[in-house]
Amino acid sequence: MSDVQSKYLVDQRGYFGKFGGAYIPEMLYPNVEELKSQYLEIMNSHAFRTDFVKLLKDYVGRPTPLYHASRLSEVVGAKVYLKREDLCHTGAHKVNNTIGQILMAQALGKKRIIAETGAGQHGVATATVCALMGLECTVYMGEIDMARQKPNVERMKILGAEVRPATSGSKTLKDATNEAMRHWINNPKDTHYIIGSVVGPHPYPDMVARFQSVISEEIKWQLEEKEGKEDPDYVFACVGGGSNAAGAFYHYVDKENVKLVAIEASGLGNDSGKSAATTALGKEGVLHGSRSLLMQTEDGQVVEPYSISAGLDYPGIGPFHAHLFDSGRAMFVGATDEEAMNAGVELSKLEGIIPAVESAHALAALHKVDFKPTDIVVVNLSGRGDKDLETYIKWGKY
Amino acid sequence: MSELRKAKMNRIDQAFIDKKKDLLNVYFTAGYPNLNDTLEIAKGIEKGGADLIEIGIPFSDPVADGPTIQESSTKALASGMTLKLLFEQLKDLRKDVTLPVLLMGYINPVMQYGFEAFCQKCQEVGVDGLILPDLPMYEYEEMYKAVLEKYGLYNVFLITPQTSEERIRKIDELSKGFIYMVSSASTTGAKSGISEEQIEYFERVKAMNLKNKLLIGFGISNHETFSKACSYADGAIIGSAFIKLVTVDASSSNIQQYIQSVKNP
Repeated sequence: MSDVQSKYLVDQRGYFGKFGGAYIPEMLYPNVEELKSQYLEIMNSHAFRTDFVKLLKDYVGRPTPLYHASRLSEVVGAKVYLKREDLCHTGAHKVNNTIGQILMAQALGKKRIIAETGAGQHGVATATVCALMGLECTVYMGEIDMARQKPNVERMKILGAEVRPATSGSKTLKDATNEAMRHWINNPKDTHYIIGSVVGPHPYPDMVARFQSVISEEIKWQLEEKEGKEDPDYVFACVGGGSNAAGAFYHYVDKENVKLVAIEASGLGNDSGKSAATTALGKEGVLHGSRSLLMQTEDGQVVEPYSISAGLDYPGIGPFHAHLFDSGRAMFVGATDEEAMNAGVELSKLEGIIPAVESAHALAALHKVDFKPTDIVVVNLSGRGDKDLETYIKWGKY
Repeated sequence: MSELRKAKMNRIDQAFIDKKKDLLNVYFTAGYPNLNDTLEIAKGIEKGGADLIEIGIPFSDPVADGPTIQESSTKALASGMTLKLLFEQLKDLRKDVTLPVLLMGYINPVMQYGFEAFCQKCQEVGVDGLILPDLPMYEYEEMYKAVLEKYGLYNVFLITPQTSEERIRKIDELSKGFIYMVSSASTTGAKSGISEEQIEYFERVKAMNLKNKLLIGFGISNHETFSKACSYADGAIIGSAFIKLVTVDASSSNIQQYIQSVKNP
């Protein structure tokens, strides 16, 4: 959390450049307005900061290590550090945001929590913090995703959450998000909606980015300790909606000497019709309350993206990333299923770390850049691969 | 008023002049239940004796809508409905339909069509107003208002039981034609009937003496709910209940019979 002022971050009106805003029906206005008018004050209060920092330390296990992956570095031809978000409680960076938002919900006096989830990681992170705080939790999940991600459905249930299937539209993440928004419309007073990524109407993209910014805050001092300087030459992170990348980039956006590399899932290839690479295939549009880049038909209907990684198959990206793309501040690179899976297996064999398939996309991009041997590269290893064992097994090439 | 001025008047205003109270606005989804039903259903609504027609532009992600309208949108899109096709279907709208027509839709398909091109086309086929529930007020004022006005279109805003008095005043200032008064904190078709709490809200808004007319929507399905809503506003809007009706039988006679039963059983 911090008060960085930057042309790359949110402005007074809730926009990142021309992206963002709050494109919501009037029924959601009071909920969003309540949050908008209070989130900064709450986040900056001493009580909130104290609780947030304490929970991140004692419960999540922060700071997460910044690990010099020497065997991987040799193969890549640069000095590669891994930011170990995979070591967070629940197995991914998602919990940084849910901890922040559950404290926000409490400060707002909310009694019930709703969330959407795709693969189930954000749903599990939300169910976890609801259990921690004793709040009622309802998670919307696409009917198709529930069948694909059965273990996570059960994890949420064990944690005491109710998992409701989203049966409308394409029955996946975007529809789960629609259902959660509808639930919020129907229950405006006592419910807080914990969005899982840097998407949604303002102030969500900004708020979630601030909660995740702890990632780059730590990288700065950890790198200072190890290298005698805060700034790496590159930061790599995968982007679905974009929350782990937002966190890894946050404190570096104004340091133009640090190259930011965002990796999108190209699925079976961007020309295959089976991809989730929004900047390559999307156009400006409005979904889930913000103006951003969006994969859609010529008629403006949102299309269902594809990736082997359930955490990256969202048809849009957050407005922060749309602005980083549009302004040229970040480089956007695609990694296919095959490249990601190979990179995941490679990291497992070289470093003894099985990454989440999402994070494996970021690793795959290491092979697409010509580094100087002296370059320092930080890869945000956003999650661990336990949840993806079945995907690795099906892949089989290891 | 001269005939010339009368001819130029927006049909929405005309409707409220011609009829002082109990106006009925009927919503249906374009391209539903069958792709080319759009114009026939509009004609049926007029013949049945409704006062305004609201045509929904299907969208893949309609967050303000409940299951009934969502399903009608999904089905219409699956049949091949597009905004381009809708304007084709409405090409001869004004040969047969004299009632005011509003298009209701989410902003994304409209943006992809091109906002100005969309407004121009609306004027060309004889559309009178727009309801774009996810277009924020600020952006409307900054970027879109001038374009709507250029093409003689009215923009209708929504208010809900949670909308503050200050905001209602602001919406009243920006609105033309009427204000869409959402009856409860809900998505479309979620609740039926009208509760005491809702009546308190209706009375509160009525007492504000807004310059715009008020139509109550959400939860209106039959004569009872329609006439109750009309006692607090200038009229009411039926959506999900009408979609359910045409799902079963979209014939003109069935539509007419239903509308008559809502107005005068």
